Amino acid sequence: MTHKIIRLSTTPSPEDLAALKLGDIVHLDGVIYTGREGVYKRAIEEGVPIPMDLPAESAANFHCAPAAAQRDDGSFDMGAVTATASFRFSRWIADWFRISGARIIIGKGGMSPEDYRTKFVPNGAIYLTTVGYGTGALLGRGIKNVKGLHWRKELGLAQAMWVIEAENMGPFIVASDIEGNCLFERENAKIAGGLAKVYEGTRPAVLKRYGETDDRTDEVIG
Amino acid sequence: MISIDLIESTAEVLMDKAAIEIPQDYLDGLEATASVEDGDLSSFVLQAMLENYKAAKEDRRAMCGDTGCPRWYVKMGNEAQIEGGPVALEEALRRATATATNGVPLRPNRVHPLWRTDHDNNVGINAPEIEYGFEPSAPGQGDWIDLTTVHKGGLFGTDYRMLFPSDGIEGIKRFYLDSLVAFGKRGLACQPAIIGIGLGGSKDTCMVLGKRAACLRTVGDRNPDPRIAELEMEFKELGNSIGMGAMGFVGKSMVVDCHIEVGYCHTGGMQMSVHAFCLSSRRACARVHADGRVEHRTDPQWFTPFQRRETVEWPATATAAQ
Repeated sequence: MTHKIIRLSTTPSPEDLAALKLGDIVHLDGVIYTGREGVYKRAIEEGVPIPMDLPAESAANFHCAPAAAQRDDGSFDMGAVTATASFRFSRWIADWFRISGARIIIGKGGMSPEDYRTKFVPNGAIYLTTVGYGTGALLGRGIKNVKGLHWRKELGLAQAMWVIEAENMGPFIVASDIEGNCLFERENAKIAGGLAKVYEGTRPAVLKRYGETDDRTDEVIG
Repeated sequence: MISIDLIESTAEVLMDKAAIEIPQDYLDGLEATASVEDGDLSSFVLQAMLENYKAAKEDRRAMCGDTGCPRWYVKMGNEAQIEGGPVALEEALRRATATATNGVPLRPNRVHPLWRTDHDNNVGINAPEIEYGFEPSAPGQGDWIDLTTVHKGGLFGTDYRMLFPSDGIEGIKRFYLDSLVAFGKRGLACQPAIIGIGLGGSKDTCMVLGKRAACLRTVGDRNPDPRIAELEMEFKELGNSIGMGAMGFVGKSMVVDCHIEVGYCHTGGMQMSVHAFCLSSRRACARVHADGRVEHRTDPQWFTPFQRRETVEWPATATAAQ
């Protein structure tokens, strides 16, 4: 099965984003910055000004910490990049949209359908998930160069704000579109129908866990 | 006497290999899984992964940006003598971990749990984990050390539960499915993976056994107890019949293989742990001999009859028969 690849700018027009459908395969071109709990806390909770001109430079926020090192001469060695699970950043994402103007959130595993409806849609943002989630070497190939590294001393290498220039970087999959539809929710619903049969012949544990549920449409993310 | 410099330089090579080269047994297993996957998006993901392993090897870059938490499994022949002793050995492994973190490069993942202090080298309090085992050997053949590094990924996919004898196999299956489905949704467990199950022991032993089952046994390996081996096969099939594939998309690839390890437990209990070794099953191993030979491999060969022994004594004849 061959999939069409869509090239998307990291400073996209509203029309570019509106054309994307759930499950589309996307490659990115342009500047991308990493930002996760360290960056969010510093910019949102501590009010430290973002050291970039956003969203003019980039509207693409990658939930990522690269496998990278800074050489003694100040240059960077970035081998592989892979996303980290995004649902943990729910509490900051609305504020981040407000101060960064981000339109593309790239991460692992998506966020909750409620986050898409209440935080992404009002900001005209979509969500791209990485693939696998281990295609770090392929994504590494899509990095033309490392443009900068902010807050390295304050946050450490993993949490720092890496600024990278992407060229045909991918693959990513559209996991939430401009209307806030959720790819993972759609897939979960398809799978849920068959679960009762798979569980046939099993038995609930004799010792329960406090607050335990047997609702198999549940998810572990909040 | 085994050279400490040789141990350290070999350890650095192992760190590099583990991060970059997918072990052949897992690659074969994933290719077999991909060949029967008919879910559209799941298939796409598996093909992308196979391309990714190739790209990593060609470019000599880490296969995944999250390079996991490096840890060491050390096994010594019964006559192993290490230059500088066990303290020097631990120093060498810690130094190699730090050096390789900047050299490969790996992601400096390890931080203090409360203060989030990051030394940028994957070394800190109780990190990396270094676990030891020993192996009987015939006289004159035991002066060697096996170094295995595993860069285990995954904040998700692992769980523990205290079950009881009355839960039976049906209860074990239930908890297995619960773990796979819970962490399989959205692909949090980075499946399809090698699933390791620990049964029995005490809580900590149960976790250790399950983790080792996932990380130290190769695809296709079966437990020597034929009834456990049968369960492993059954659980592999059960996991792949959930209807879920890579990233939690519709499909049938959750489990590349399932390994079960057991330990004697309290008569009233039946502890169970489940572990998923992610799509980047990073493990690399080498035997360093006193005469300076280094033999690289990807099979840690950790679970030997001696490691699984259930009697008080280990008769010398059993070693001779190995």
